[in-house]
Amino acid sequence: MHPAKSIILFTTLSGLGFGFLAFLCVGPSPVTGWGAVAGFASGLALAGAGLMASAFHLGHPERALKAFTQWRSSWLSREGWLACATLAVTGANAAFAVFAGIRVPPLAWLGAVLCVITLTATSMIYAQLKTVPRWNHWTTTALFLLLAFCGGALLSAMTWTAVTLLAGTGLVQCYAWRIGDSRLRASGTTSATATGLGGSGAVRSFEPPHTGDSYLTREMIHVIARRHSRKLRRTAFLLSFLLPVALLSAASAYGQAIWAAAICAHVAGVFVLRWLFFAEAEHVVGFYYGRR
Amino acid sequence: MSEERPNHDGRWTDTAPGPAQRGSADVTDLPAFTERSLGLVIDLDTCVGCHACVVACKGWNTEHYGAPLADSDAYGANPVGSFLNRVHSFEVQPDGDAPARLVHFPKSCLHCEDAPCVTVCPTGASYKRSEDGIVLVNESDCIGCGLCAWACPYGAREMDLVEGVMKKCTLCVDRIYNENLPEEDREPACVRTCPTGARHFGDLSDPSSDVSKLVAERGGIELMPEQDTKPVNRYLPPRGKDGELDVLAPFLEPVAEEPKGFMAWLDSALERL
Ligand code: SF4
Ligand code: SF4
Repeated sequence: MHPAKSIILFTTLSGLGFGFLAFLCVGPSPVTGWGAVAGFASGLALAGAGLMASAFHLGHPERALKAFTQWRSSWLSREGWLACATLAVTGANAAFAVFAGIRVPPLAWLGAVLCVITLTATSMIYAQLKTVPRWNHWTTTALFLLLAFCGGALLSAMTWTAVTLLAGTGLVQCYAWRIGDSRLRASGTTSATATGLGGSGAVRSFEPPHTGDSYLTREMIHVIARRHSRKLRRTAFLLSFLLPVALLSAASAYGQAIWAAAICAHVAGVFVLRWLFFAEAEHVVGFYYGRR
Repeated sequence: MSEERPNHDGRWTDTAPGPAQRGSADVTDLPAFTERSLGLVIDLDTCVGCHACVVACKGWNTEHYGAPLADSDAYGANPVGSFLNRVHSFEVQPDGDAPARLVHFPKSCLHCEDAPCVTVCPTGASYKRSEDGIVLVNESDCIGCGLCAWACPYGAREMDLVEGVMKKCTLCVDRIYNENLPEEDREPACVRTCPTGARHFGDLSDPSSDVSKLVAERGGIELMPEQDTKPVNRYLPPRGKDGELDVLAPFLEPVAEEPKGFMAWLDSALERL
C-alpha cells in the first residue's frame, strides 16, 4: 500500500496523543497545576494534530462531517465519533485538573477507556481489510495499542512501565513481522483464484491493462523501496525499542536530557514503523498485475 | 468545467432511478435482500482483448452520470486516468510442453452481494440498491477517503484524480432504465459495444434468465471466492482446445500429394541435378 504522509502522521501523532492522554488520566503521577497544563495541552494537541493530518488525505475535506453518519457499519466513522468523544472527555478532565486542581476519578477513567477504544477503532480501519492479509490480523490492533502506551509511558516519565512496555512491544512487533510475511500466502488468494483460470495451468500476467501507472498501481501496489525493508526494520527496531530502553537504563544518572533523547528516538522509530506498516502491506489486487 | 454538466451533482436529468432519488435509507449497511441481482457474465472464451468495452465505458461515463473520468498528462510522458473497466491479459501455461494460452480478461465492478466497499464507507456515499443490487457511489456525499477502494479485492474502484471522488462501474444505470434510448441500447455500454458478444447483461438471481442459463451451461465462476464478497458477475472459462487447431485446416490440405505431368518431370529433373 502507498505510504501516504498524511496517514502516517495521523496514526503516529494521534496514537501518541491518545496514549499520553490515557496515562495522564489514570497514571499514578499527580497531574495538577502547571504539570497538568503542559501534559494535557500536549496530549490534546498531538491527538488533534493527528486528526487534522488525516483530513489532508481526503479528496473533499470540506465534506468531512458526513463521515459521522455511518457509525453503525463503518470503523472509519466510529473512529471519528470516538476521537471526538475522547477529546471532549479528556479535555473536561484536564479542565478540572488545571483550573480546579481536583481529580474526578470517574471522568478520568472514562477518558482513559475512551482512549483505548479510539485506538482500537483506528487500528480496525486497517485490521478489518481482508484484502490486505498482512493487516487482517490481531497484531495490527495489538501494536497500535502497545505503541501508543509506550509513547504514553515515555511522555509521562514512568521508567519501569516504559521499559517493560517497550520490551513487550518489541517482541510483539517481531512476531507481527514474522507472521506478516506469511499472511499473503495464508490468505489463499492467488493469481489462480483471482482469474479462475488456475484449473488449466499456471497463470501469469502477460500484459497489464494499461501501459503506465493507474490509481490502483500507485495506491495498492507500492513496490518502490520495499527492497530496503529489512534495513528499515532494523533501524525502526533500534530507534523505537532498543535505544529508548538503553537510554532509560541510564536515565536516573543523567536526568531530563536522556528522557528527551529516548522520546525522540522512540517517536522517530514509530514513524519508520508506520511507514513500513503501509509500504510492506500487499493488497490482493496485485495478483491481477503479477506484482505485490 | 464540470459545473456546466447538467447531472454532475448526481441529479438525473433523463433517466429512471438514480442515487439522488433513493429513499431515506442513507446507510452503508447492505440490504438484507435484493429484488434482482443485475450483473454481467463475461465470456473469456470469446473475448479477443480489443478494449472496445474500455473505450465505450469511458466514453459513456465521461459524458453522463457524475464527474467525468479524468485523464492527466494524457499525451505526456506519464499519462494516468480513471477507468471503470479494464482488460488484463493472462498467460496460462498448462503442465508439460503444451503451448501456453493467452486469455483476455475484462474486469469491472462485480456488484458483490457482500460488498466490503459499501460497509467500510463512513459517509453513506457507497451503497447497494435493494431493487436491483447495483452498487453505486453518490458522489456528492463522497469525501474521497479511498477506503472503499482498499476494501475491494478486485481493484474495481478508482479515485478520480481531478474531482477527488470515488468512481466505479454503475452498470450503466443511466442506460438500462433510460426510456429516452431505443430499446436495444438499454444495456451497459460495454455490453452494447462488444464486437464479439463476450459480455452479457441480465438478472443473475433469476434462474430462468439468459445469463443464468449461460452460467449453468458453461460452468461460470466467481472471482476470489475466498474473499467472501459473493460477487454477482460471473466469468465463463475458456473452452478447452480440441485436437483440431483450425476449423479451416481440412480445406487447406494439399489436393495432390504426388506431382503429375509437367510438375512430375520438373520434380524428377530437379532431383537429378
Ligand atoms: S467488485 Fe469491488 S467495488 Fe464492486 S461491489 Fe465488489 S467489492 Fe465493491
Ligand atoms: S471514498 Fe467516498 S465512497 Fe469510498 S469510502 Fe470514502 S466516502 Fe465512501
